[in-house]
Formats: sequence, structure tokens, C-alpha cells
Amino acid sequence: MLSMFTSRKARAFALQAIFLAVVIAVIGGAFVEGRRNLAAQGITFGFGFLNHTTGFDVGFKLISYDSYSTYSRLIFLGILDSLFVGAFGIVAANLVGLVIAIMRTAGNSTFNALGTVYVEIFRNIPLILQVVFWYALLTRLPPPRHALSGFDSFLTSRGVYIPGLNVTGGHAAAACAIVIAGLTGLTVLSMSRRLSRLPFARLLRWGVGLATLSGAVLTLHLGRISGTPLVSLPKLQGFNIQEGIRISPEFLSLLIGMAVYGGAYISEIIRAGFLATGKGQVEAAQSLGLTPWQVFHRVRLPLAIRAVLPTLINQYVWLFKATTLGIAVGYTDFFAVISVSINQAGHTLELIGILMLGFLVINNAMALVLNRVNKAIALRGNQLRS
Amino acid sequence: MSVTTLPHDPTRKQAHRKRRLSRPIDMAFSALGIGLAALVLWRIFNWAVLNAVWISPDGTSKVCRGISGACWAVIDVRWRLILFGLFPFEEQWRSSLACLVIVIVAILSCLPRFWRAPRLAGLWIAGFVAFYVLMAGGIFGLTSVAPEKWGGLTLTVFIYAAGMLIGMPTAIGLALLRRSTMPVIAKITGLFIDGIRSLPLITILFTAALIMPFVLPPWLLGDKIWRVVIGFSLFFAAYEAENIRSGIQALPAGQEEAAKALGLTYWQRTTRIVLPQAFRNALPPTINQFVISFKETSLIVIIGFFDVMASGKAAFGTGDWSFAWVEVYVFVALIYFVFVFSLSRYGAYLERRLRVGQH
Repeated sequence: MLSMFTSRKARAFALQAIFLAVVIAVIGGAFVEGRRNLAAQGITFGFGFLNHTTGFDVGFKLISYDSYSTYSRLIFLGILDSLFVGAFGIVAANLVGLVIAIMRTAGNSTFNALGTVYVEIFRNIPLILQVVFWYALLTRLPPPRHALSGFDSFLTSRGVYIPGLNVTGGHAAAACAIVIAGLTGLTVLSMSRRLSRLPFARLLRWGVGLATLSGAVLTLHLGRISGTPLVSLPKLQGFNIQEGIRISPEFLSLLIGMAVYGGAYISEIIRAGFLATGKGQVEAAQSLGLTPWQVFHRVRLPLAIRAVLPTLINQYVWLFKATTLGIAVGYTDFFAVISVSINQAGHTLELIGILMLGFLVINNAMALVLNRVNKAIALRGNQLRS
Repeated sequence: MSVTTLPHDPTRKQAHRKRRLSRPIDMAFSALGIGLAALVLWRIFNWAVLNAVWISPDGTSKVCRGISGACWAVIDVRWRLILFGLFPFEEQWRSSLACLVIVIVAILSCLPRFWRAPRLAGLWIAGFVAFYVLMAGGIFGLTSVAPEKWGGLTLTVFIYAAGMLIGMPTAIGLALLRRSTMPVIAKITGLFIDGIRSLPLITILFTAALIMPFVLPPWLLGDKIWRVVIGFSLFFAAYEAENIRSGIQALPAGQEEAAKALGLTYWQRTTRIVLPQAFRNALPPTINQFVISFKETSLIVIIGFFDVMASGKAAFGTGDWSFAWVEVYVFVALIYFVFVFSLSRYGAYLERRLRVGQH
């Protein structure tokens, strides 16, 4: 009996040792071969090239960058651009998804049918095809001189121009950060069970809201460019449109694609959440005399969100990964800057390592934070009623 | 997933109808929705059918000058390019035949009579060999065509079929390895699966196509198309392995314990008891994965393959037809739609059928 036990143990040990040895041999062999191949091209392995100037310029820039900037700045720019379009894309996809989900669950069969058609069309066509289509559409809009205009905005082949504020970029970004932080705080305050039961919870929420608003306004005021009006309206000057905010077709096509395609998926997830909400909950709310709007935003929506948040988190991670499609329309996302750097600098192994590490960190951080949120707001014990 | 209202509940249906008709605001909304839909449909119909030009007698875009509808003539002139890419003109019958073989194999494997592992495997391997011989040539008097010349819809179908064919066994292997009782093997496999899952597919395809030549010795390199297929199948396998693993975990522990008590070996337990039931549990997410993977084949255009999207772009890209980009994109989208939609409908049918079997 003992001998059989030890022999099984010994076999397990041997198997694991062999497995580990093979894995190490494959990784080590690849690394050695990679270094040899790089050396044959006259490139030595190392990250020193990150401090070299790139010598080329890129299209979409959130931070200052030109051909004299370094590779590390370029990669930082790419990560920022990815996060930027990812954040807007996920929010937009959520809005679209919520609207479609409400359309499909509101009990109106016409709207249900329209929502179904939407989901079936846009879910069954690859995202890249949709993004390329929107890009083709946006770049074929009329030139600035014959732009479609209205509401002080212009739709042109060079991008969409909307009114903006005359503030410096840094201050605008800071104001956005304050608003995002404030909204996150408010969401946590109102959805966390522990915090929403504090005696002064209502006061706290008002306080956070007011602080956020005043902080953002103050930041914007500090960042005002002197000698210019507060609002910068786009207007046609010569052959181009000046002032205002230009939304490039690259960014916009990726954003529309993410919103439309991701929205179709998210609507299905949220709809499942609405349908999973117990009928008794809604009936109880109605019998308490709550208005339809109160029933929706106090009972149905919070319960639905809690039911499907884990699935939604996966969808958000997936949508963020979809920002890599930016390369198909020339948006300078993380993957695009790595790809162009590999072409220019040749440090293939290092750059692909940075790319993979970057995605691992971003995706896992996102999943970690959202899973914490999920845990904080999850229903427990006798709250789980149907 | 499918928590829907009961379809055969007359009182509920009546209540619905009553509520809808009794509330004027609902009726107004319905009228608005129907009106809007009718308007959009009418405009699309006008564009796509009534005012459209379908053929171009002389092969140029002259017929489409000054029309207000769709110029489907571009499809009439360029459909070979979209479907077959740069495949040699006189050999294109082979490309279409190969595509047809895979589609027939796919349809056959949807029939319950083929739902045995050996039959399914045999069918797919036979179909795939036939596909490869038809496409690559070199034997039976067929002239050989290099993979660089493959393109269009056939290339998309090839990458998909090959990826699934390699990916499915890999997924099973990965799932079993991850469930291994040996900690080192389970941990490393878990790391591998989670690593791949947190990367976008495009970075994996990019690595397979452009980075692998750096880190593989030349004798192991193979053609670019095979490296991409392997990258694609690894990505599929990482996701599918998790589906299978959750299918295994959903099994009652008694199943495996009973098998152990009967003295079955690991392989007997796995292949006769665990996996068949796990597949049944994992069917809905598996079908979903198949559907998603078909759409994701379109990413190969980024690493320079001439798939149906790229060939579509080429079809309107030259100056003559550049105005007809909407028609071409709609055509390509329709191709994807037909494949993906029928796949997901079949998945829904399968789910219903299996649920019936369980009661």
C-alpha cells in the first residue's frame, strides 16, 4: 500500500518536473533565439532605446508629442489614447445598451421588435467591419467649405467640430478627472449598503456633489486662456474650420463602432438582468404606491445591475481590448504605437513585452476594481428575494 | 441566459395586450415606432431595390452615373475578387468548391447522426483534407497555388475551420491540464490561459505573424498562414477551455466518485463520464464562442491577409468604383451576417433541444 502511494507520488513529481522543464526550455529557447536574431540585425537587447527620439509624428495626440519626442513618451501617449477612447466607448456602449434593454423590456411589442432587430443586425457583423464602415462614412463627408452645420457644430471630412471652452488642456483634463472621481464617489455612496445607511448619508451625497461641481468649475476657471471668450465656437476661416473642439474621424469611428456593437451586447446582458428581477419585487414596489419612474430607478435598475454586474465586467474588459482596432482606421492606440515602434526601432521582443504587460496590467486592474465594486454592492442574505 | 416570459401563458398575453391598448401613451409610442420603422424601411427599400442598378453590361461604372439608388453593379463586376481574392482566375472553381466542402461539412456536423466523437472528427478531417488539396493543389494534376494567393471568403473560411479544428482538442487538453491535481501543471496552465485571455486577439495574431520568426528556429517556422492559424486556435482554446472547465465543475461530484468506485482509470473516467456530460453543460457558451470566433477571423486583415474584408476594400478601392463603398461593405456585412446569424440560430435550437432532453 505504502509503495503504491509513494510510486504514485513519485510519478506525479516526475510528470510535473518534466512539464516544468519543457516550459522553461521553450521559453528559454525562444529568448536565446530571439536575442541571436536581433543581434544578427545589429540590435542588442535592452530598453535603452526608449530614451531615443522617434523621428516621426502621429495623428491623434492627447499629450504634446512631436518627432523629437522619445519612444517612452510615444508609448505613454498610446496608452493614454487607448484609455481615452476605451472610457468613452464603454460609457457610450452602456448608454446604448441601457436604452435598447429598456426598449425591449418595457412591455411595448413594437419597441421590443425594433430593439431585437437592432441587436440582431449589429451583433452579427464584425466590429472591425463596422468601424471601417463608419470611418469611410466620416471621411467622405463634405469638405469644410461645404460642411453640414447646425447647433454651432460642423460635420466635415476632416472631423466633427463642436463648441468648446477656452481652457488649457491640462486644466480641462483635471476638471474631467474631478468629475469622474465625484461621480464614482456618488455611485459608491448611493449603492454601497454600509455607506448609504449612515445617518447623514443624504447630506454626504449633496456635499460630494457640490464639492465636485465647484471643484470642476474652479479648475476650469483657473485654466482659462486670458483674452479669449469663455466659449470657443468653431467657424469657417479660409479652407478650414478654426477653434472649437475637433473630434477626428479616427476617434469618432472607433467610438461609434464600440457604442453600436458593444451596446448590442450590453443590452442583452442588461435585459437578462431586468428579466431576472423577481416579479414580486416590482409588484411590491407598485403596491407601495411608487410611480413607474420610482419603480424603475429605485427597484428594477439597481436589482438588474446587481444581477448582471459580473457579466458586464467581462464585457467591459472585452470592449477595452477592442480599442486595438484603432489601428485599422489610423487611431494611435496602444497597439498601433507599439506596431509602428517595432517597424521603426526594431526592438521587437522588448516592445511586444511592453504591450503584453500593459494589457495584463490594465485589464487586470479594471477587473479588480470592478470586482471590488461588485462585491461592495452585491445583495446578501435576506436581501436576495425574488 | 434565457429567462424569458412564458410563451404559452394566455392570461399573461392578454394582460399584455390589455395594458398596451388601454394606455394611450403606449399606443402613441407604438405608432411612433411603427411610423419610424416604416419610413426607414421604405427609404432603404428605395435605395437598395427600386432605384438600384444591378448589372453593368460593359464592366465599367458608367451605368451608375447619376442614379439615386444602390449601385449593385460593383458586386456584379467584382464578386470574384471579393469571394476569391487573388486566387488565379482559371482555378477559382477550386476555391469555390473548397468553400462549399467546408460549408457542407459544417451543415452535416449539425445533424444529430454525426454526434459521435469519431464520426465528427473523421468528417472534419476528411473535409479539411479535401479543402486543403483543392486549395493548395500540387497533386492529382491540380496546379499548385501558394497560400499567399489565397484570399477572399475562402481564406476566412479556411482560417476559421482550421482554427476550430486545432482549437477544440487544444481546449480540451488545456481544461484537463488546468483541472489536474498536480499543482505545478495546474498553475502553469492557468497562468497561460489567463494570460492569453487578457490579451486582445490582434496582439496574439501579430505575435504569431511577425514576432514568431524572431524567436523560433527556422526549421520550426512554417508558413505565415499556419502560424496565424495556430495563434487563432490558441486564443479560441483559452476561452473554450474555460467553458469546458466550468462545464466539468458543474457536474455533481458523485459522477466521478462513482466512476472511481467502479475502478475506471483516469482516461476511462474522463472520456466516458466527465467529458460527455461536461460538453452538454458547456454547449451554450461553446456555441457563443464559435459565433464570436467567426467574427474575429476578420482581424487577420490587420496583419496583412487578404480576407473577405480586405478584398471588399480592394473591390471599390480603385478609382473607377470608389463611390460604391457602401454597396461593397453592405455585401461583405451580409456575408458575415448569413454565417453568424445561422450559426447562432442553430445554437439556440440546440439549446432548446438539449433542455427538452433533460426533463
